[in-house]
Amino acid sequence: MTQPLTQSSSTPANAEFQPNLQLRHRNSRIWRKVFQISTIVGLISLTLLLFNITNTAFGYVAYQYRLDPASLALDGVSLEDMDQAQLISVLSQNISANALKGLERDKPLLQRSEAELRSLISQRITRPKVLGVWNLFDSLTRKAEIEAEALAIDPEARLEFKSWLTRDFITSPQDADPLWTGVWYAINGSLWTILITILVAFPLGVAAAIYLEEYASDSWVQRIIQTNINNLAGVPSIIYGILGLALFVRVLEPLTSGAIFGLSDATTANGRTILSAGLTLALLVLPVIIINAQEAIRAVPGSLRHASFGLGATRWQTVWHHVLPNALPGILTGAILAISRAIGETAPLVVVGASTYLTFNPNGPFSKFTTLPIQIYQWTSRPQDEFRSAAGAAILVLLILLLSLNAVAILLRNRYSRRLP
Amino acid sequence: MNHPASTVTTIARPQTHTLESAEQYAIEARNLSIYYGDFRAVKDVNLQIQKQKITAIIGPSGCGKSTMLRSFNRMNELVPTAWAEGEVLYHGQNLYAPDVDPVEVRRRIGMVFQKPNPFPKSIYENIAWGARINGFKGNMDDLVEESLRDAALWDEVHDKLDQSGLSLSGGQQQRLCIARAISIKPDIILMDEPASALDPIATLKIEELMRELVQNYTIIVVTHNMQQAARVSDFTAFFTMDEDRAGYLKEFGHTEQIFTNPKDKVTEDYITGRFG
Repeated sequence: MTQPLTQSSSTPANAEFQPNLQLRHRNSRIWRKVFQISTIVGLISLTLLLFNITNTAFGYVAYQYRLDPASLALDGVSLEDMDQAQLISVLSQNISANALKGLERDKPLLQRSEAELRSLISQRITRPKVLGVWNLFDSLTRKAEIEAEALAIDPEARLEFKSWLTRDFITSPQDADPLWTGVWYAINGSLWTILITILVAFPLGVAAAIYLEEYASDSWVQRIIQTNINNLAGVPSIIYGILGLALFVRVLEPLTSGAIFGLSDATTANGRTILSAGLTLALLVLPVIIINAQEAIRAVPGSLRHASFGLGATRWQTVWHHVLPNALPGILTGAILAISRAIGETAPLVVVGASTYLTFNPNGPFSKFTTLPIQIYQWTSRPQDEFRSAAGAAILVLLILLLSLNAVAILLRNRYSRRLP
Repeated sequence: MNHPASTVTTIARPQTHTLESAEQYAIEARNLSIYYGDFRAVKDVNLQIQKQKITAIIGPSGCGKSTMLRSFNRMNELVPTAWAEGEVLYHGQNLYAPDVDPVEVRRRIGMVFQKPNPFPKSIYENIAWGARINGFKGNMDDLVEESLRDAALWDEVHDKLDQSGLSLSGGQQQRLCIARAISIKPDIILMDEPASALDPIATLKIEELMRELVQNYTIIVVTHNMQQAARVSDFTAFFTMDEDRAGYLKEFGHTEQIFTNPKDKVTEDYITGRFG
């Protein structure tokens, strides 16, 4: 407790002040705690989320093998320790000549890595079947019970610790078997879609923001437009999905299916393409990008504009040389947030017509598509536990993708804003 | 000043046609009223600015000094509701005529602001940018050096031209802004309280600089600082305001006369510090 300072008695007006320091300081401390707790709650939620995802993406799996991997051992060398040549000889001894020829045609066996060969042996020869899945937390804490449970399902069951997030998982297409399924097509679909979203929404949004802030006069028309943009930012994303379905898939089908460019093929001629999805997401994030860009432009000090106009610059020269470079970090921050939201969007893409099962790699704007969130959504709605683990791994992929895209954007932004002293 | 005064006087300035030089005034306001929406900020001003002299505009806060100053190069128009009535004659041409381009006006009539506002670019770019956007085709390095020399800044910055303009001190920043303003060869330089954000020593440097610049330029300066007006200006215009808050020109004359022998009682009261 601090000592109260002695007051000069010659200043009678002081009697009217009752500083009440203790109460004021206590209020400060209470509010400080409130703010601290809010931050901690946020941190806990984030940790729980990460824990939950990791928990499903790793853990024990009980397998039943069609053919015991131990029986494939050559000269006492087990499958895990074999080199490439030995793995190839195992393969050629255990599958038919025709199947072998097919594999050679896809990619010569000699060019395949040991990991690829092992996964081939697993898929074609030993063919494990999943009997049960356990999460990471249980796997670490109650191993003995899990072993008992696995044996109760099948006395032949083999328990192995499996990471569902593997290189194979990332580079494989979707598969009906959860063990061999992957997210490669979904990653490509997501990247293509977001590329189109960025290409459309970023320039349009920034241009609209420049117009509204620098050119439009303060009339009632402008105020109505502004109010509408603010409201559009709050419209549920599924509504944008319906708009995308009506506009891009139906009305603009010749464009979005690529028919007018002569690029459509029979499988994609219905407008349910990456282009439609990207445009729909662009509409979704456009208001957010506009509002953020407007804020950033408004934050550029007026003195800078005056300096520019005072030198006989036109409005465009002022905007291009001074307003935009100084607003760019803010504009990019807003755009990064908006694009991040778009990457995770599921609902509008379901409406626009994302494919549930894609048999080829999305390879351009006029391709049919699926995206990571769609893939995750489908896997989580399957009854089998294995797909839930695959979904967990896919969520990790989505998070990594999101964080890397953001990191690139932030690096670009920092690099650019450092160039402006 | 850090350099001999001769460098200032040797600036190559295009001495244009006889018609211009025959004219008496650099710029002249005739019956000029300036409005913000319905509000009349300045009313019925008739003011003649002498060539190659410093004219100071003084007066109490809110009397429309800055508004008046900005009307000379149409910077007022950056406020969306601002409009003007009357004429501002420059080389015999009304700047408010419909066919006059404010962009061209601002190149001929430059401006220095109250708060130093260099661009967040290098010192070199701060000078070069204005020239470049105005289609300067000569040697840029020479122009930058000449402008910085004329603004008495060259000796302090010649070895760090690639550093940010914002890395300079306040006084240096303001001289950079002056260098920037003169780089595009204006006729007239408007200064809106150019030293009010600076310390006394930096202020003194700016004032010395103004005295040197006036050998080649016409300067109009708004100032709150009476001593500054008395020290640097050749002419002084005293503005005050009416009951309806509209500012108007109360008295105009040689600075010496205004400060030693004002004709108007209000002027005298203001100058002697009895109000304002």
